[in-house]
Amino acid sequence: MTTLTDPPKESFRLSMLIYDTRYRSATIQVIALLFFMLAAAWLVNNTINNLNSLGKEITFGFFSEPAGYDINQRLLDYQNRDSHLRAAFIGLLNTLVVAVLGCITATVLGVFIGVLRLSKNWIVARIMTVYVEMFRNVPVLLWIIVAMAILTEALPSPRDFRGENPEASMAVFDTVAVTNRGVYIPEALFSRSLGDIHVLGDSSLRFDISLDFMAIMAVLIAGLFFSRKIKQSADKIQEATGIRPSTIWKRLGVVFIPLIAVLVALGFHLGYPELKGFNFQGGTHMRNSLLALWLALSLYTAAFIAEIVRGGILAISHGQTEAAGALGLRSGRIMSLVVLPQALRVIIPPMISNYLNLTKNSSLAIAVGYMDITGTMGGITMNQTGRELECVVLLMAVYLVISLSISGAMNVYNSRVKLVER
Amino acid sequence: MSDTSFVRTEMLEEKAPPASTVGLVGWARENLFSSVLNSVVTLLSFAFIAYVLVGLLPWMFQSSWTSKSLTECRELFNATYGTSHGHACWGVVNDRWLQLLYGFYPDHLYWRVNLTLVLTFAALAPILFSEKTPKQFLYLTMAYPFLMPWLLWGGTIWAPVVAALGFVVGYFVFVTVSKVQSGLVTMIATVIAVLVWWLVLAGPVADTLSGILSLSIESVESRKFGGFMLALLLGVVAIGVSLPIGILLALGRLSDLLIVKAICVGFIEFIRGVPLITLLFVASLLLNVFMPPGTNFDIILRVMIMMTLFSAAYMAETIRGGLAALPKGQYEGADSLGLNYWQAQRLIIMPQALKISIPGIVSNFIGIFKDTTLVSIIGLLDVIGLSQAIRADTAWNGIYWELFAFIALLFFVVCFSMSRYSMYLERKLQTGHKR
Amino acid sequence: MNKSVILSAAAVACLSAVGASAGTLDDVKARGKLSCGVASGLVGFATPDANGEWGGFDVSVCRAVAAAVLGDPKAVDFVPTTGKTRFTALASGEIDMLARNTTWTFSRDVDLKFTFVGVNYYDGQGFMVPKELGVSSAKELDGATVCIQTGTTTELNLADFFRTNGISYEPVPIETNAEAQQQYLAGACDVYTTDASGLAATRAAFENPGDHTLLPEIISKEPLGPLVRHGDNEWGDIVRWSLNALITAEELGVTSANIAEMGAGTENPEINRLLGTEGNLGEMLGLSADWAKNAIMAGGNYGEVFEKNIGENTPIGLARGLNAQWTDGGLIYSPPFR
Repeated sequence: MTTLTDPPKESFRLSMLIYDTRYRSATIQVIALLFFMLAAAWLVNNTINNLNSLGKEITFGFFSEPAGYDINQRLLDYQNRDSHLRAAFIGLLNTLVVAVLGCITATVLGVFIGVLRLSKNWIVARIMTVYVEMFRNVPVLLWIIVAMAILTEALPSPRDFRGENPEASMAVFDTVAVTNRGVYIPEALFSRSLGDIHVLGDSSLRFDISLDFMAIMAVLIAGLFFSRKIKQSADKIQEATGIRPSTIWKRLGVVFIPLIAVLVALGFHLGYPELKGFNFQGGTHMRNSLLALWLALSLYTAAFIAEIVRGGILAISHGQTEAAGALGLRSGRIMSLVVLPQALRVIIPPMISNYLNLTKNSSLAIAVGYMDITGTMGGITMNQTGRELECVVLLMAVYLVISLSISGAMNVYNSRVKLVER
Repeated sequence: MSDTSFVRTEMLEEKAPPASTVGLVGWARENLFSSVLNSVVTLLSFAFIAYVLVGLLPWMFQSSWTSKSLTECRELFNATYGTSHGHACWGVVNDRWLQLLYGFYPDHLYWRVNLTLVLTFAALAPILFSEKTPKQFLYLTMAYPFLMPWLLWGGTIWAPVVAALGFVVGYFVFVTVSKVQSGLVTMIATVIAVLVWWLVLAGPVADTLSGILSLSIESVESRKFGGFMLALLLGVVAIGVSLPIGILLALGRLSDLLIVKAICVGFIEFIRGVPLITLLFVASLLLNVFMPPGTNFDIILRVMIMMTLFSAAYMAETIRGGLAALPKGQYEGADSLGLNYWQAQRLIIMPQALKISIPGIVSNFIGIFKDTTLVSIIGLLDVIGLSQAIRADTAWNGIYWELFAFIALLFFVVCFSMSRYSMYLERKLQTGHKR
Repeated sequence: MNKSVILSAAAVACLSAVGASAGTLDDVKARGKLSCGVASGLVGFATPDANGEWGGFDVSVCRAVAAAVLGDPKAVDFVPTTGKTRFTALASGEIDMLARNTTWTFSRDVDLKFTFVGVNYYDGQGFMVPKELGVSSAKELDGATVCIQTGTTTELNLADFFRTNGISYEPVPIETNAEAQQQYLAGACDVYTTDASGLAATRAAFENPGDHTLLPEIISKEPLGPLVRHGDNEWGDIVRWSLNALITAEELGVTSANIAEMGAGTENPEINRLLGTEGNLGEMLGLSADWAKNAIMAGGNYGEVFEKNIGENTPIGLARGLNAQWTDGGLIYSPPFR
């Protein structure tokens, strides 16, 4: 008679942590975690020791002290008596402004140049190639400095607008002044203004919302909504009777009549820049530092985007172009209706990283004295208070948040346009 | 019936194509004036080029190469052309080009920098032009990481030799232990042996050896490094050192080990999420605070560390792209051969993935290389920093475009040749169908 | 357990570091080189020439200290620093002293914990305008565009000045002096403001210096001087007295031309004490007896250094003004060598 016995039960041995694949990954991870935590503890410990021996401590109290310096290019009100935190906030907005403006122009320019590089016109294609190579192979810092120097040297100074026979004159029917201190464009003014809402009271993050602007937006959105309704009802009539009623005037009227009415009610007019004293007064003033940074970043990034677009277009099978040609589409329409929409899927992921690069490169603003967050919090504030650790860490955190939000948003968009494969 | 044929038996002579479709005219009609719109665009383009050249050429060529100061230039131009504007004063480049290239490196030792540059190319040859280089170059590639610092910083030759011996020690320990013990133990023993060698034994051994036979060359402090050489050095070190780190990070990011993956992803996304300038602020302002009290290594080394970390994160993403581009069959094939993880990586996955990633690595290099200019913001005298220092000299106070043009040219030449190389590589690697 | 090991290791390291930093003089002697922080390029104060040799008014202070300590004015490592990195470099021990036209202020002395050992240049913030603007006082600058160099005390002074006078201005912050100069010349700003010495140096480099004028207002006090870390008084003394030696030498008429002769011994006991032929001042500092002689021979006395780098015969052409010896009505004054 034979008895079946269970296989001997494996007892747990220490060496199994290494040799048994069931435990090995856990072992490695625990060791990795230990090392990571030790390294982190070591760094923190060093920092605390060093700060102690320097007699410093980590505090963010300096943020509420008056900054003491002025910022010329700003979206919100700011005086030199405001706090360092307010200065940092203004700087942050400036970073965002130049990043958004830069991304938009870089995209437009980049797509345009990328398409032109594939142009059948030899000279155009060559010029675009030269442009792309020139910008891609020279550091962006140099371009920023050069852009600033060009704007300063090439444009007329306000002095040249003066006198009987001025050397320079204002552009676009005397409404825009292009000077080497920046560009002055007309601003929207309301003589019967509704006023502003002050949000967040007196805190450092306070900002105003213009009621005039809100009213105009509300009327515009309502107009567009009704215009859409009219179109839908026209569609219905067309489906039911086969006759499409003419809606164009109705739709235009619904949008524009209330809009004009509101503008008149608010007393809308444009404020033009005028030469008074040392400078132009009135109008919206875009400083040279902003323009130079914007220009250099867009031109630089556009060269990269052009290459991406070109690559994306070339990645679309030639059969698509030929098929579109066989359908009788003209070459412009082939590009806009067939090739570009497909190329978009190849283009978007690298485009995201270029937007990120542009945003990060905007930190070079200090080279031209544009007061972005690096110039305020990571520049003058850090200099005046001597709080390097706090400022640099916060600065990195701010950029990290911006970068992660951009890549997050763009990834969502990317997953929406992605080709759904089976 | 005669043999009349109704079909031609011999071909007519080919007629020459119409004059308007061949030669220069034909080419121009085809490529420049194929339609009204195209013609207009072509003319506008030519006008643009002419405009640029008319502005640029007199500036470039009606210039002075020998002046010793800007005032001298201005006097010369005033005397010759009647105006001091619109003419380049290349004297500044003539005067300072060695400084712009080598920084403050002692001038009788320039040959060492030049030799290092030549060695760099020789060491890279087996990687860049694998099929055209003799195998012997690989030895140079292996020796390069030890030769380069010795040549640039100088000092005794025994330091790099002893450091290199660490690998030899590691190899022997590996061979000996692997005969009696299994993989992981061997690995740990090797690592420990190498660390012991480097941290404990290397110093005394090097001292003894240099006591016996002092083979040393004049040492140069890294403070003397500057100019374009600094940019090249930072670029080469950052890319070279970041390659292995980048490979590990990429593997970590793709691994199944949750914690390892989290650490790698965190590191990569953190570095990629912040601008390089903030990392350089860390290097110049904070790194000493993070290190044990009393440690003090110079700013060039600190910048190198931060640049390496920066480029490692980008490298990791490039290599991850290469890994993702490998067909899944390669992984499965490696598994089916019974290879373990590291064997599979070493023998099958990495050789292919790295090959695919080379264009990406080259463009990373171009990026890092251009980014080295940012060190001027933290006060290092690279080319841009030096150009500001030169402008602070009373002789050259007020000069801009000439220096910018020279710097731009330097960067353009290097980056453009690299991007051409990368394109050559892409063509070589492309195995798909072309139209 | 690990934690405690790390902590104790760090504590040991910390102690040894404190021990090390207590003797900057010993460090410098052991290294054989003085590590001196300077500006990364400032006309007349610190610039590298075509051979990479640094020269300038601030650089001369470094050289004098190196000569006093090591006997060799060339034994200096010049570390270029920016407005941002200068204090960290000094605090972390990367440099032994900083001579980078740094304004002596309360908070830098007390809060940032540095010791200013003296003043080598009395400066003040001024304004430069083109003559054609017809401005004769800074108070007429209402609404003007002002170029300022960032990262200094200048922007704070400027904000305070315009605020107290109740007039408005438009600041144009600029990173370097060279760019500020370009902007100003192109008319991108009406006024350029920085330290008066910087203005004079900048104007001197213009094609037509006569077209520009410096306004009479000096809106701030900018005593510029070399500084060292708090907590190492011996080292602070050495730097302080090296600077004072240069000043005293000018006062007593010791120049680089006659120092060899005077070093043999003179009738004036103070000169003898200064040059080490009498008394043991050098020994008290922990230096050789001829320390001050070496310091003076490095580049001459204060007046010679001034004349050679920024004086009226250089392109920069600064007058002595406040920086004349106290005997000539200036502020340059050294405590006695006794």
